[in-house]
Amino acid sequence: MNWGEFFAMNGYAWYVWGSFGMALLIFIVEMVMVRHRRTVILQQLRLTSNAEDL
Amino acid sequence: MVPWFACSAAIMFVAGLYISFFVAPTDVQQSEAYRIMFIHVPVSILSMFIYLVMAGYAALGLIFNTRLSSMMASALAPTGALLAFLSLWTGALWGKPMWGAWWVWDARLTSELILLFLYLGFIALHASIDDPRRADRASALLAILGSVNVPIIYFSVQWWNTLHQGASVKLTGTSMHVAMQQGMYTMMLAVWLYAITISLIRVRSIILERESKAQWVSELMEIKR
Repeated sequence: MNWGEFFAMNGYAWYVWGSFGMALLIFIVEMVMVRHRRTVILQQLRLTSNAEDL
Repeated sequence: MVPWFACSAAIMFVAGLYISFFVAPTDVQQSEAYRIMFIHVPVSILSMFIYLVMAGYAALGLIFNTRLSSMMASALAPTGALLAFLSLWTGALWGKPMWGAWWVWDARLTSELILLFLYLGFIALHASIDDPRRADRASALLAILGSVNVPIIYFSVQWWNTLHQGASVKLTGTSMHVAMQQGMYTMMLAVWLYAITISLIRVRSIILERESKAQWVSELMEIKR
């Protein structure tokens, strides 16, 4: 089996790769979002704790 | 615990995708299009399972007034919603070549759509109430009432005449090739571990957000730096 045939998925390429591609996209977006949420809250807490120290 | 779950999820994804695309044979009837199953079935099952776990945590929070269980419920909701969306998306992409339609108002598809709306309703209701404890209680009630929908999705293919096929894996034996089963179970485990990882990271942020006034939070290493 060569790679061209593999990616063609016997004519179902759009459906198969559309499914797996969307799953990958969703997982990546979700990971970026939770990481961002953590950065934001940690930054906020750091700011307030610095403000209290002053 | 997060790195452990994250690593095992990554390993299972690689193994699952390898089996899904290189080991599992081509299907006689559906050719290569059936490979959508390897993502469709895991995300669909997990979207139902996570809902039950979420409703369980929400119920614990409601009954015993434990804050952490309510936070865990809120942490699971976005992941569940995304998996329910993925279930519908991959289902549409599978339905088009096999049934000739992206969408039909079939019992299983409709009840899965309701599941997505329940997740979104839970998130929206929680976000719309300012007092977090009141938000927990209100959304817990919604989550518990909505859990009636999960058995409806699961048994819909038996109760009604649907376009969606019935379960291929049964207690009495299965009609699937061994490699196809292995691929599906590996992917299921991968999605499950992924969901645990992402929810644990999310719940840590939620705890910090909600307990930001607590003494222990200001004493954390990450904050002191």
